[in-house]
Amino acid sequence: MLKKMLGLVVSMMVVGLMAGSSFAAPPIKIGALFSVSGPASFLGEPERNTAEMMVDEINKAGGIKGRKLELIVYDTQADATKAVQAANKLIKDDKVVAIIGPSTTGDTMAIIPVVEKAEIPLVSCAAGIKITDPVKKWVFKTAQNDALAVARIFDYLKKQKIAKIAILTVSDGFGSSGREQLVAQAGKFGIQIISDETYGPKDTDMTAQLTKIRSGGAQAVVCWGTNPGPAVVARNVQQLGIKLPLYMSHGVSSLKFIDLAGPAAEGIILPSGRVVVANHLPKNDPQKKALLNYVDNYKKHYKVEGDHFGGHAYDAIMLIKGAIERGGDSPAAIRDQLEKTSKFAGIGGTFSYSSQDHAGLTSDAFVLVQIKNKGWTLLK
Amino acid sequence: MLQLFLKNGLVAKTTMTKEKREIIIFLIFTLAVLITPFFLRGSYFLNVLVFIGINTMLAVALNLLLGYAGQISLGHAAFFGLGAYVSGVLTTRFGLDPWLALVIAAAVSGVLAFIIGFPILKLKGHYLAMATLGFGIIMFIIFNETVAVTGGPSGLSGIPNIQISSLIFDNDWSNYYLIWTITLLVMLLSINLSQSRIGRALRAIADSEVAARVMGVNARLLKVQIFTVSAVISAMAGSLYAHTMTFISPASFGFNFSIELVTMVIIGGLGSIYGSFLGAAILTILPEFLRILQDFDIIVYGLMLIIMTMYLPGGLISGLEQIAGFIGSKIKSRGGSHA
Repeated sequence: MLKKMLGLVVSMMVVGLMAGSSFAAPPIKIGALFSVSGPASFLGEPERNTAEMMVDEINKAGGIKGRKLELIVYDTQADATKAVQAANKLIKDDKVVAIIGPSTTGDTMAIIPVVEKAEIPLVSCAAGIKITDPVKKWVFKTAQNDALAVARIFDYLKKQKIAKIAILTVSDGFGSSGREQLVAQAGKFGIQIISDETYGPKDTDMTAQLTKIRSGGAQAVVCWGTNPGPAVVARNVQQLGIKLPLYMSHGVSSLKFIDLAGPAAEGIILPSGRVVVANHLPKNDPQKKALLNYVDNYKKHYKVEGDHFGGHAYDAIMLIKGAIERGGDSPAAIRDQLEKTSKFAGIGGTFSYSSQDHAGLTSDAFVLVQIKNKGWTLLK
Repeated sequence: MLQLFLKNGLVAKTTMTKEKREIIIFLIFTLAVLITPFFLRGSYFLNVLVFIGINTMLAVALNLLLGYAGQISLGHAAFFGLGAYVSGVLTTRFGLDPWLALVIAAAVSGVLAFIIGFPILKLKGHYLAMATLGFGIIMFIIFNETVAVTGGPSGLSGIPNIQISSLIFDNDWSNYYLIWTITLLVMLLSINLSQSRIGRALRAIADSEVAARVMGVNARLLKVQIFTVSAVISAMAGSLYAHTMTFISPASFGFNFSIELVTMVIIGGLGSIYGSFLGAAILTILPEFLRILQDFDIIVYGLMLIIMTMYLPGGLISGLEQIAGFIGSKIKSRGGSHA
């Protein structure tokens, strides 16, 4: 009986294997891992949409040197176990030459040992600093470091002569990484953190933390989180009549945040990739062409605005495309060429990788924007 | 007198054959486990089988509690996580040997289970479910919020692989044998336990705690003891998981996973060790096929649970036994007609 059972399991495996390897011939296979569902779907969904759109586009234009691209996407659900299984499947069954994603720092850290052992280049779409610091031979990333966003805000605060701030961060991967950077960099800019509060990712009321912050004597509030938490913070700040200027992270630089927060969003300042202000950029901005192209394309395909999360996937695909064009389609060649990428103007910024730097961006990857009249304005 | 003797002898004989059957089944299962990788060289499925091994350990652990003693736990992922985190933190921050870390992880988990077991297991039914659920959530919050120790939501990386002198368990092939060796030992231990006096006492508690106590079973202590054994096995699985993955993050040890474990046990078959394997295997493989459904995969699990409890309350293993019994009787009757 048990033998039969095992026989069944084994035959299921064999069927699965055969189904996986029925396309043997020409296309160049690229794997993608995104958290399309689960708590980080706000990252994974635009990333998957963008990656699929870009691959279609490339194939319509004749592929890379006449060869089509094939994108194989798996959902990680922001779960490390699933990410590792999916990465193994991409490498061993699908035999991809490179992987883009995952969307979150946790998933990325989980699959790094897998790609390193298999020697497959990985272009992550997550922001965590530890992904590329220390530099790992096979691992690159496209999302801007949180450190750059924090530096951008602190730089502005310093110019505004604000020295005492309160921080309110969410207790998930994004928030804890942001909090780490806020605390680490404050001293360098002569800024003092007076209150250091956190909230849970599913909290629906932050008045308790904000009341505490109000009585703390801070001159500004910096909130670090992704939708919907920060929208609640913005509304609570308005309800409590707190007059302090409110700063947010790049985690909310999408129109969805303005929708969620309503009138409470007005006046909030945040660092963002250039994608939301593509129209306002000066003509000589190197990224402008790519940005406008991406925004138009995304709107045409999916009827919603493209955001900078999707941009991470755009950059990852284009970087790999560039590497294959220059060097060929073996994993080792792709890796070597990725490292030689110089001044590629993408969505997240202008990328230049080197053997010491696999993050590739400088602090000008972020601009500061302010929300005015339900839209974005570029802050100088 | 003679009649009684004969009857006893007969009973002894049937239990002998039952024991023998049990041993043969286990040997066949072990053999199947040992040779399977040779058909899967270099395949990704070997990696899935490693996770099936870990999940089998967890399902067996929960089955001892849920299937045999009839005590529900909706927080078993917490013990799994505790094992993973104790092992991960001890090896990355204090440079301990993974084997030693595994033993400490199991011990910590066991002690914790023993301490909280006394108050928690006094509760029954929904209240027990609520208490264990609460315990699971508390542990999840601890994993998530103690950023300085656990690395918080973005996880703990750089956990070393298990090593025996020069043999490092850093690929699917070696991990498969490491994990399945321990899984088989856990299964053997659990089968033994379930057939022993303790196993019978546990089943008595599950049927009626009052009756069991009247018969002289120390129900309170026994429940805590089996809870502890279950936690120790779960923590061992957690430790092995950490050293196999070399990375852990709190999302893997949340409420959802606790529910998944309960689903494994119920779908496989309450009170059946092989059923736990079956449940673990199905719930580990199924996501591969349900990927296209994305968030809706949870509906499939729900439906499976409803259908199982309505039409096959003994789980898939009892379904298989029924089929096997049916075929067996067909063959026998045909054999009979020939003779």
